[in-house]
Amino acid sequence: MSTQTVLAPSGGDAGSLKLFIKKHLREYGMLLSLIAIMIFFQIMTNGTLLKPLNLTNLVLQNSYIIIMALGMLLVIVAGHIDLSVGSVVGFIGALAAVMMVQFKIHYIPTTLICLLVGGAIGAAQGYWVAFFKIPSFIVTLAGMLVFKGLSLALLAGQSVGPFPVEFQKLSSGFIPDVFGGASIHVTSLLLCVVVPAILIALNVRNRLNRQKHGVEQEPLVFFALKNLVLASVVGYLGFLMSSYKGLPNVLIIMFTLIALYAFVTMRTTIGRRIYAIGGNEKAAKLSGIATERVTFYTFINMGVLAALAGLIFAARLNTATPKAGVSFELDVIAACFIGGASASGGVGRVTGAVIGAFIMGVMNNGMSIMGVGIDWQQVIKGLVLLAAVFLDVYYKNKA
Amino acid sequence: MTPILEMRGITKSFPGVNALENVNLSVRRGEIHALVGENGAGKSTLMKVLSGVYPHGSYTGGIHFEGEERRFRGISDSEKLGIIIIHQELALVPQLSIAENIFLGNEQSRFGIIDWSLVETRTRDLLRKVGLSDPPSTLVTDIGVGKQQLVEIAKALSKQVKLLILDEPTASLNESDSAALLDLLLEFKEHGISSILISHKLNEISRVADSITILRDGCTVETLDCHGGAVTEDRIIRGMVGRALADRYPKRQPRIGDVLFEVRNWSAYHQLHADRQMIRNVNLNVRRGEVVGIAGLMGAGRTEFAMSVFGRSYGKRITGQAFMEGREIDVGTIRRAIDNGLAYVTEDRKHYGLVLGDDITHNISLANLGGVSRAMVIDDMAELAIAGDYRRRLNIRCSSVSQQTVNLSGGNQQKVVLSKWLFSKPKVLILDEPTRGIDVGAKYEIYGIINQLADEGKGVIMISSEMPELLGVCDRIYVMNEGRFVAEMPAAEASQERIMRAIMRNGALATSDMDGEKSA
Repeated sequence: MSTQTVLAPSGGDAGSLKLFIKKHLREYGMLLSLIAIMIFFQIMTNGTLLKPLNLTNLVLQNSYIIIMALGMLLVIVAGHIDLSVGSVVGFIGALAAVMMVQFKIHYIPTTLICLLVGGAIGAAQGYWVAFFKIPSFIVTLAGMLVFKGLSLALLAGQSVGPFPVEFQKLSSGFIPDVFGGASIHVTSLLLCVVVPAILIALNVRNRLNRQKHGVEQEPLVFFALKNLVLASVVGYLGFLMSSYKGLPNVLIIMFTLIALYAFVTMRTTIGRRIYAIGGNEKAAKLSGIATERVTFYTFINMGVLAALAGLIFAARLNTATPKAGVSFELDVIAACFIGGASASGGVGRVTGAVIGAFIMGVMNNGMSIMGVGIDWQQVIKGLVLLAAVFLDVYYKNKA
Repeated sequence: MTPILEMRGITKSFPGVNALENVNLSVRRGEIHALVGENGAGKSTLMKVLSGVYPHGSYTGGIHFEGEERRFRGISDSEKLGIIIIHQELALVPQLSIAENIFLGNEQSRFGIIDWSLVETRTRDLLRKVGLSDPPSTLVTDIGVGKQQLVEIAKALSKQVKLLILDEPTASLNESDSAALLDLLLEFKEHGISSILISHKLNEISRVADSITILRDGCTVETLDCHGGAVTEDRIIRGMVGRALADRYPKRQPRIGDVLFEVRNWSAYHQLHADRQMIRNVNLNVRRGEVVGIAGLMGAGRTEFAMSVFGRSYGKRITGQAFMEGREIDVGTIRRAIDNGLAYVTEDRKHYGLVLGDDITHNISLANLGGVSRAMVIDDMAELAIAGDYRRRLNIRCSSVSQQTVNLSGGNQQKVVLSKWLFSKPKVLILDEPTRGIDVGAKYEIYGIINQLADEGKGVIMISSEMPELLGVCDRIYVMNEGRFVAEMPAAEASQERIMRAIMRNGALATSDMDGEKSA
């Protein structure tokens, strides 16, 4: 961009810049806290946090939480909650294990069936919530018990494994390097340059479009800085991973889903309807929105994503155990609330939930490397959740 | 007589705005003092300063109550001295009994154990004073809004009230409940209790007020003494808006066409009590370019009728036919009703009309997302342009169309709701109390919009409890009572007396009718 655009009115003077920061403190604040937390642990762990191997592990460890957070965000925005996702993860893992290990079914039909079963589970729970107005807390609490029990029954209390090698690739595999780089994964590296470039191009296009329509938007300094940070962070982390084994398959799945859900929530009618329902269900209904059906869909969606997470988790452990998925729902829900979602519905962003999940993930990982016991880890995570929501409420009251 | 309350030079500012600037208010002992002004004039802010919601130090100026300067740090300080405020949105717990509500926070107890018989006798005593005969153990959710208002007042009496502040107490009451409430204020006056009455209903103010203070844009305009000579409503309006409104209802030359929308033999039963018929055989039609009013008392079934027609959003066992331009249409779901050209602007914009946490743009597009999207993807630039367009056309006052609707004044919120329904491109609009709780200036603008819609050839059905408004705006008026239409008259021949007579005559008729049903 030329210097002229820098001086364009949208850049704003110091006063409007200050106002803008004040207004959007929360959005940027979260990203900044994530970066701060990463730097903190990078120092405290003497650089282990961002070692290529650890970084790859970090992604693998948190992928299923992030994937579920996408669905949970929609459920929370619609004004509900889903406590059953942890149990569904365990149940789907058990189902996949029984099908593939005991019945020797090929991994592709197994995966499809598992996703369908996930959707059916979501539908079964959403049905009561949406059409019979039973509080989701109760319905999914019941689901939590039911599916925990069912996975125990399926596995007969045993661990079942190992899985076929192809299935394990879902979690432990890396994208193939078509260029066959020796010391570094060229395809991955290329992706790490191309994807941020596309993102920036889209952002610039969007900004120019808004400018053309005379829409108020963030000051140019911020826009440039944000994109620069985004591109360099993604690029750098990608570079680190490329120097190990390349980008994990899971990472690709995760990023595709994040992009998809960000788009759905911000730019599609179904996304808008979900926000409207959470914001004021009666008004949404009187505006002709089929509130029950939309609520029902958010639960089906949650079920499918929980099933996907279940498959990824099972593939990662390479066995299905009765304890899989225990208390995952807490991490997923915490990620959404740290990310700024409102417990009363109508408010929350996909990017927020993803950052929230990463904050939890980095803290888990960093504290483990530092040798903090699991006991104190839980205490600290709990306090961070409370602090994040407190800040949210505090700034909202101040504004 | 000495003033019981003197507020002098009150200035209160919020970041960026001066909500109050050097406001003076003086209330004499034992008088009813009306406080009027447009929405946003600073009435509520002033009352919050007085009751201690905004503590001493957060404003400048002085409050003198019963001759002494007072510095309230919170509501409990002002309540201790007998200054009690009753808010527009009632602060009662629906699932508790009348008695429990009256003594909430002030339980009649010893060592933390409630003395229920004392509660019972004291409650009966208080209820008698406000003219309620319901048993103290009745749950608040089971009594109507009018009675709830009286319970609030009984609660105030239990705290030895000296100065009672009522914020739009009659906004959601029907005429007879309103009258009873005002009588009660007059009775309190005899007992030396002073009151401050905030209201938009000028006829009520001229009936009971001893003096009137007018606020405009955060400043005191004047205080009128009602005993020195008659204060006309026009006089009050001039003070409020700063100019004389030549006519409170803008003129329109009706150009009325063919029948556009028609409802035949419409009946519906109560949502929960399936054997209670709420709507009885209603027939209604509205022509192109016509504004049709539905008059009636609270509880006559007007809202229930409108909502049952609009996608069966109210009621059970609904029967009847709806026709648009002569063709029978399906109004079985809200979506289908909208697609067939109906729009319903609710009487309760906060709970049923707006997504308050969302911005103006998103609220306007909500009923017609298809109109701003292609293949389910929203074109946000087109959406913004549309919002900007309605902002101009309806004169929505806001900092930008990205402003949250919760921060708008009542009149502007109503314009956003209207915009939403205009954007859904309806042929017929049902407006349910479209000017409730909004100030005179904004009302005038809303009437202008209604006229414009009629001029564009749309049909408008307007439900209102304010009869002058119906008489001023409509071309034809239906009168509804006890679930049926009891009269129909051209507005030119209608008058408040004729409407009331139709209601009363048929009210008696309908009651005897109901008795007949019971015995059968």
